[in-house]
Amino acid sequence: MYKIVHYINQFYAGIGGEDHADVPPAKMAEIPAVSKAFNAAFKGEAEIVATIYCGDSYFAENTDKALNEICEMIKAENPDMVIAGPAFNAGRYGFAAGNVAAAVKAQLGIPTLTGMYEENPGTDYKSKTIIVPTKNSAAGMRDAVAKMAPLALKLAKGEELGPYYVEGYMYTGIRKNLFEEERGAKRAVDMMLKKLAGEPFITEFPMPNFDRVAPNPPVADITKAKIALCTSGGIVPKGNPDHIESSSASHYGKYDIEGVQYLTSETYQTAHGGYDPVYANEDPNRVLPVDVMRDLEREGKIGSLHRYFYATVGNGTAVANAKKFAAEYAQELKADGVDAVILTST
Amino acid sequence: MCTVTPISLTVGANRIVPTIAIPHPLGNPALDHDEEKKLRRRLVEKALKALQTPIDDQTIFE
Repeated sequence: MYKIVHYINQFYAGIGGEDHADVPPAKMAEIPAVSKAFNAAFKGEAEIVATIYCGDSYFAENTDKALNEICEMIKAENPDMVIAGPAFNAGRYGFAAGNVAAAVKAQLGIPTLTGMYEENPGTDYKSKTIIVPTKNSAAGMRDAVAKMAPLALKLAKGEELGPYYVEGYMYTGIRKNLFEEERGAKRAVDMMLKKLAGEPFITEFPMPNFDRVAPNPPVADITKAKIALCTSGGIVPKGNPDHIESSSASHYGKYDIEGVQYLTSETYQTAHGGYDPVYANEDPNRVLPVDVMRDLEREGKIGSLHRYFYATVGNGTAVANAKKFAAEYAQELKADGVDAVILTST
Repeated sequence: MCTVTPISLTVGANRIVPTIAIPHPLGNPALDHDEEKKLRRRLVEKALKALQTPIDDQTIFE
């Protein structure tokens, strides 16, 4: 029989509601109704051997301390897996359940599972544990237990879970290699036919969520503006001194172009591996227009060209990385008094 | 400045200037050097114009 530890909040532990949300973590003397519901669903294959609770406010206000204590209690039970929640749409409970599930998995190497409503802020942990979508209130308990119990059993047995759309947990964003029976071309055409027919289909590569920002006000006087050049086209000094990867770039480069009037094939090149590099290597101004910017600077059409340009390779580069690069060098550009940026992409 | 402007729209760029081709967005190897630089200048000037234009939403400056 597989051993499972259950994490819940003070409410499901029967301690009380909001007025008792400040209770520290503790192990229950006897497992509560919610744990018993899971045990019934396991049909003798697994058993919740201990239930640990913590007040939601206590957890939110003392997260690190509470996590340590909870992890220690769970470790002492030596379980095969851990269930947290379900938390439905309770925000602090979801935060605690997601946190406990993520920490137990990361620190103790024990598989974990939680459940909550899709809008619960605790769903931020969906890449760090397995989260089953539930209804938004405790009225959905029976449904949540029915969905969570089979997955909990699989995890307790050390079985690999199938993809999220088969098993019914939330999309984790983690890709795994697997062998498909049909070749890619056939799968793509099948998907297209379904799409054309208005039938549901599941993409094999969901697009990331891109954010939107309000447009900045225009530059008041371009003839006084300091303008910087940035590129995702991989323009770097010859030899690619920072070793920016030709795809899936993990970093960017910052290059001094003081006194550089134009880029040449002897001094610059592209590091990009996703387009034919012949034209950019022949004349890197085709990607990063330093020559024209210098002319405009000389003619007083712009204030000045910023002394540094920033470059990375936008070829399969993770959106999260690209965002991190720009967040970092945008601060430098601001500190350097740059008024506007021209970003070229290939 | 980007050739595949639908991607610029998808990723959320606000001021977008369409360019020539993926491997040479600001150039055209079929032209001679001076003509090519003139083309590049026209594109950069378009970008400068975009930077000076008030907008409320994502805009492609054709």
